[in-house]
Amino acid sequence: MTSEPTSVIIVGVGGQGIILASRVLSVAALKSGYRVKVSETHGMAQRGGSVITHLRYGSSVYSPLISAGQADYLIGFEKLEAVRCLPLIKEDGLLIINDQEIPPLPVLLGSFPYPELTRDSLRGSAPRLQFVPARACAQQLGEPRAVNMVLLGCLARHLQIARECWQMAIDECVRPQYQELDRQAFSTGLNLVAGG
Amino acid sequence: MQQVLLTGNEAVARGAFESGVGVGVGYPGTPSTEILENFVGYPGVYAEWAPNEKVALEVGFGASLAGARVLVTMKHVGLNVAADPFMTMSYTGVNGGLVLITADDPGMHSSQNEQDNRFYARFAQVPMLEPGDSQEAKDYLAKAYLISEQFDTPVMVRLTTRLSHTRTPVILGENPSGPVQRAFQRNIPKFVMLPGYARNRHLAVEERRGRLQEYAEASGLNEILWGDRSLGIISSGVVHNYAREALGDGASYLKLGCVYPLPLKLISEFARQVGRLIVVEELEPFLEDQIKAAGLAVTGKDLFPRVGELDPEVIERGVRGSSRFKSYFPVPDGLPARPPIMCAGCPHRSVFYVLHKLKAIVTGDIGCYTLGAMPPFEAMDACLCMGASIGASLGMEKARGSDFARRVVAVIGDSTFVHSGITGLIDHVYNKSTGTVIILDNRTTAMTGHQDNPLTGLTLSKQEAAKIDLTALVRVLGVKHVRTVDPYDLQSLEQAVREEMGREEVSVVIASRSCALISRERSLKEMTHLDRCNGCKKCLRLGCPALYLVGDRVHRDEDLCRGCSVCEQVCPQGRGAAEDDE
Repeated sequence: MTSEPTSVIIVGVGGQGIILASRVLSVAALKSGYRVKVSETHGMAQRGGSVITHLRYGSSVYSPLISAGQADYLIGFEKLEAVRCLPLIKEDGLLIINDQEIPPLPVLLGSFPYPELTRDSLRGSAPRLQFVPARACAQQLGEPRAVNMVLLGCLARHLQIARECWQMAIDECVRPQYQELDRQAFSTGLNLVAGG
Repeated sequence: MQQVLLTGNEAVARGAFESGVGVGVGYPGTPSTEILENFVGYPGVYAEWAPNEKVALEVGFGASLAGARVLVTMKHVGLNVAADPFMTMSYTGVNGGLVLITADDPGMHSSQNEQDNRFYARFAQVPMLEPGDSQEAKDYLAKAYLISEQFDTPVMVRLTTRLSHTRTPVILGENPSGPVQRAFQRNIPKFVMLPGYARNRHLAVEERRGRLQEYAEASGLNEILWGDRSLGIISSGVVHNYAREALGDGASYLKLGCVYPLPLKLISEFARQVGRLIVVEELEPFLEDQIKAAGLAVTGKDLFPRVGELDPEVIERGVRGSSRFKSYFPVPDGLPARPPIMCAGCPHRSVFYVLHKLKAIVTGDIGCYTLGAMPPFEAMDACLCMGASIGASLGMEKARGSDFARRVVAVIGDSTFVHSGITGLIDHVYNKSTGTVIILDNRTTAMTGHQDNPLTGLTLSKQEAAKIDLTALVRVLGVKHVRTVDPYDLQSLEQAVREEMGREEVSVVIASRSCALISRERSLKEMTHLDRCNGCKKCLRLGCPALYLVGDRVHRDEDLCRGCSVCEQVCPQGRGAAEDDE
């Protein structure tokens, strides 16, 4: 009998670097000898809409989609999109949230407030929770777009994937001129102390 | 043995390359687009974007006739456009093997309908394979070329969005001998479809159908996986994987790799050995109806929706009445939605601002600009299919007369205009319309991820090409009034649209400005109007993601802003102060 695959949801807004993050994770998992399935969002939703990636790896994986209550980890690149996916998380799953608000259209138009989403407001209605100041970390490294690697580093603390597999994955997926930066961003995330 | 992660689309491209395909042709359309974008990167192949799917399949037909193995790609609705050559290519058959990819979109992630293109296989009597992951996608391509040449038929391979855009491991093979070439020989009775020859070819199609049926039974494309025999599941493609996730060893499975023609003997045998028999398929009861027609007792669409994608939870619930997949944390109440929106600096924004302001009746078309139908503009009355905006606006005029027509505008993108808008414009000229067409010329096929087209001056392989002069093209069709405006210049744009709408002859306004995601030019420094913001929020009605409210004042996200200055032009504190009339 094979063990259950590990299921990771990565969610956010089009343009946040979600597909690259999921590619690095999937290649790292493949290098670790796992079977992998990653389902991406392309097309119209990428125009500033919600973007969600389902990623599963293990000794055997059937469905590329993660069903309700089945995600071991959920990385929310944006707070609102993170809580929209709460129903996908396991009872003992981990929610990693980038502490960043990107106002959706109804908020931009002033017809809706951006909801208050904090550690306190989510208490009791969310699983284990880690707020990450990923944007601030990336800005410190001089490249706001490195948010994706900071968050991936945060996730990596919890996964059974060896450091050298992550290295190989970054080398394989990231363009040469960004590799050093992305390695640093990944390390920053890896070394962040859990908390909020 | 090298194992890599490929999307279904990348695996199809790889499979075509390994099969010695020499010519790849298609038209961009989510979820199919990345197939040719990947294929063109392989050595020794030719690949191109055609102006539309019909031309793509005709190019494919010619390449096959000349002896090459051919890959033709399109999204599901693209095959409607290519249906004319497709239906008769079933009669002519092939010389070099031809595989037609139809990428269906259950769930309509990026489409105007979710038609089930399996029916095209049955309609045209053409075999159809449906892979369930990327390895199968690559392997089935190789099989498909063998079937195509052995049975003298085009072969369809059906993908769905979930397969096209899911990465799974693939073991790469080799392409030892380069593209395959067969000799070209004149064969008039086979390839010239005069009625007298076509009658014979229809007989050949019928004879082929019998042989394909036998092949399907023994092809190895269809597989039985035994588990608990009290329940038998028939499915195909990615849905098979959902079913196994949902039901595990609690069922036996017949996985169909060949979904047309169906291996009815194999299905009967499977049915005999299981208790309850269920077909699990997305969209229409395509398999179910044929299995029922063969006299077998089976259920399917009584248990599952005909609408949208399936997933393990829906399947478990359908089969067992309940599901172990349940949520522990609900979505908090009252979250604002996040619909897709036009990007910061999008040149379409000002056009819809103007159309909204002029209260125009707008027939729209397929592209990013269909978002003009969404808040804040809601400036679109119809969007049907590629190219339909122009014919539809003519129809509205003919129904209601030219006074009504003064309010009607057709809006179409540059790539869509070349795809199938030109003939509609010819109809406007030919049948004396007074209509106005706005061509949103952003110099790319933006929605599908920035593919080149005959107006951009580059080919799929990034070779320089003749760049069609849009103004000259429109003029030569007989449109006397053509003007080009910069959509970043709000006043000129509005004036042009106003004047051309009022004109008693057919006219075209070309709103010309590169897609904001391509041209990375930014000029932020000139704009000072936000320093004087008095909180009127007029600029927010542009729905620009770079503008946001803090308290009573609008602020600008300088990372997102492209400096288009359209907000400054609508701002009473900015340049828009003088001519504010709303």
